[in-house]
Amino acid sequence: MVEMKPLFVGIDIGSTTAKAVIIDAEGVIIAQAIQRSGYDFAAVSESVLAEALESAGSKRDRVAAVTSTGYGRRNVEFADFQRTEILCHAKGVHHYFPEPVTVVDIGGQDNKIIHLGAQGERLNFTMNRKCAAGTGAFIEEIAYRLDLKLEDLNGMAEASATEVAIGSFCTVFSCTEILGMARRGTPIGGIIKGVFRSVVKRVSEMDALDGKVVMTGGVVAHNPIVRVMLGEALGCEVGVPPHPQVIGALGAALIAGELSVDPV
Amino acid sequence: MAEIKKLETAKLMKKVMADHFYEIDAAVKSGNPKVAWCTSVGPAELLRALGFVVYFPENHAAILGASRAANDCIPAANAIGYSPEICSYLTSDIGAYLKGFTPLSKIYDGIESIPKPDVLVYNTNQCRDVKDWFEWYAREWKVPCFGIESFVNVGAVTKDHVDSIAAQMRKLAADITAATGSKMDEDLLKDTVRLSRKCSDLWKDVLEIAANKPSPLTFFDGTIHMGPAVCLRGTQVAVDYYETLLKELRGWVAQGVAAVAGERHRIYWEGMPIWGKLRENAQLFLGLQTCLVASTYCNSWIFTALDPDDPWNSMARAYTELFIVRDDDFKEDYYRRMLDIFDFDGIIFHDAKTCPNNSNCRYGLPQRFSKETGIPFITIDGDLNDLRCYSEEQAITKIEAFIEQLDG
Ligand code: SF4
Repeated sequence: MVEMKPLFVGIDIGSTTAKAVIIDAEGVIIAQAIQRSGYDFAAVSESVLAEALESAGSKRDRVAAVTSTGYGRRNVEFADFQRTEILCHAKGVHHYFPEPVTVVDIGGQDNKIIHLGAQGERLNFTMNRKCAAGTGAFIEEIAYRLDLKLEDLNGMAEASATEVAIGSFCTVFSCTEILGMARRGTPIGGIIKGVFRSVVKRVSEMDALDGKVVMTGGVVAHNPIVRVMLGEALGCEVGVPPHPQVIGALGAALIAGELSVDPV
Repeated sequence: MAEIKKLETAKLMKKVMADHFYEIDAAVKSGNPKVAWCTSVGPAELLRALGFVVYFPENHAAILGASRAANDCIPAANAIGYSPEICSYLTSDIGAYLKGFTPLSKIYDGIESIPKPDVLVYNTNQCRDVKDWFEWYAREWKVPCFGIESFVNVGAVTKDHVDSIAAQMRKLAADITAATGSKMDEDLLKDTVRLSRKCSDLWKDVLEIAANKPSPLTFFDGTIHMGPAVCLRGTQVAVDYYETLLKELRGWVAQGVAAVAGERHRIYWEGMPIWGKLRENAQLFLGLQTCLVASTYCNSWIFTALDPDDPWNSMARAYTELFIVRDDDFKEDYYRRMLDIFDFDGIIFHDAKTCPNNSNCRYGLPQRFSKETGIPFITIDGDLNDLRCYSEEQAITKIEAFIEQLDG
């Protein structure tokens, strides 16, 4: 009989999406899944894991340990460990960038900046304040107001030769500003480009972005233009790991692997 | 779930505070002695020496916050033009008045309302909001209102500062006498300053007991036990209270009792308490085996300069020397001194939306201090009383992530 190797799972229940990552003992990603978080975090944690297991062609009994993270981490009833998204993102990024880096994560409803040392240790971190400006929620709101599909935004911005400046800090004020521009006939591509620029500005204001910068989160996963824009702002190339949207879940899975060997 | 350890002296505190409020209520009802309102770091000694019983509306506002009544009251003050962006003590307290509500009548049988004073006295050493707050009541009740206009952003406290404030204090006393007929008793002033200094020294000893490892005291305990230092300094009652508390705490130290069982980390809290979440936050840190060992906030009622042999100048100095009055260089140095005493691993800055005066994270101070000392910090967005400004989930995540960071 072939001995089945253990698998480790990370579940990241964010405010907008729920992510599951399955890795093997070597830290190689076997499968991943992303679903909308909805309102029932316990249910989505089950279903996102089920989806990931199915794509791995594997069964629950091979899962040796699970770490939950994110906004809904306490609702993952089957988790063996719970850790914050700060730690899990740090872990996930360090897996791909084993060097001192500054992590810029743009999530559905919050942004984080984490400074990591050479060993992946957190030197310090900041999370955004209570406002959604500069987060995925801001982009979703704009898309909704302008009746555009989220997946079309990046292409529209990249294709646009023009760009407008969004002046306001506030999501509601920005929407009013943008609707005013649309009414005056400003080309929509230029507006969307301005929206992405404003996201990059908001995140750059949160903390000093020094050294090597790595971006993660759903916004950069779906809109590579923000990586280019942040690079322009910083005057250097910005790194993005593979699967930037599931980096927190990957970190959680890696932690599950470490802790089940050496529980703390 | 680990349980919050309670000091026996807390029972005595209930009695001390009840006596305080009943004394003021009786004075209002009988018209004798006269009643003065005073800001929390205002010239309480001077008012006692003028024969007043003294009421501190910030204490009332904190009770509104801690009982979570504040959020029902704040909108009433907002609606008459007092912005949600200004001091939520002010808006809670005035809002409660507008709604005809006080938690005092819930807690203390027979007390129907906050006490209408004979005079309102502020010191702007902490902020301008106290002046606006007291002036609102002055107009409402047609009661005289006086104050000391303090220096702000003070580096070293000089003789000029002291002379100026002492002169203002003498004029203040004369103005109060003219307005109310209450006369200054210089012997009583000396004695009050003596008792206030004694209270201050004892309170300092209480707070510094947290230098022990493990600490028998947390910031959360401090916010409860500071009541007499705020409301009763200058009286024998406050002195007796802290002697009792200190004795109990020394007993705990001798027995090795920890306020936070299995204390793993020690944190300095910088800023106002989030009154409506005291219990939840105390529980959170308990669960994280982390003790908030010290805070600028609780230290604010330490007035080491008070000297009964030189009451006027020493009051002027004591009320100008306070942390809140000082510039950032002083503050940075102050944290360093606190670090030496309490040996903490990190600082949590509370950025209170409606109190810039107690939010010391807006001009790069945390970053400078952290760079100098290597002590990490985080900033929590919240407020003293307005829970609409507080995202609890985000705060918990930040705090947990900070402790994970300290864990290494
Ligand atoms: S110091 Fe802050 S909390 Fe206190 S009265 Fe002034 S504004 Fe309000």
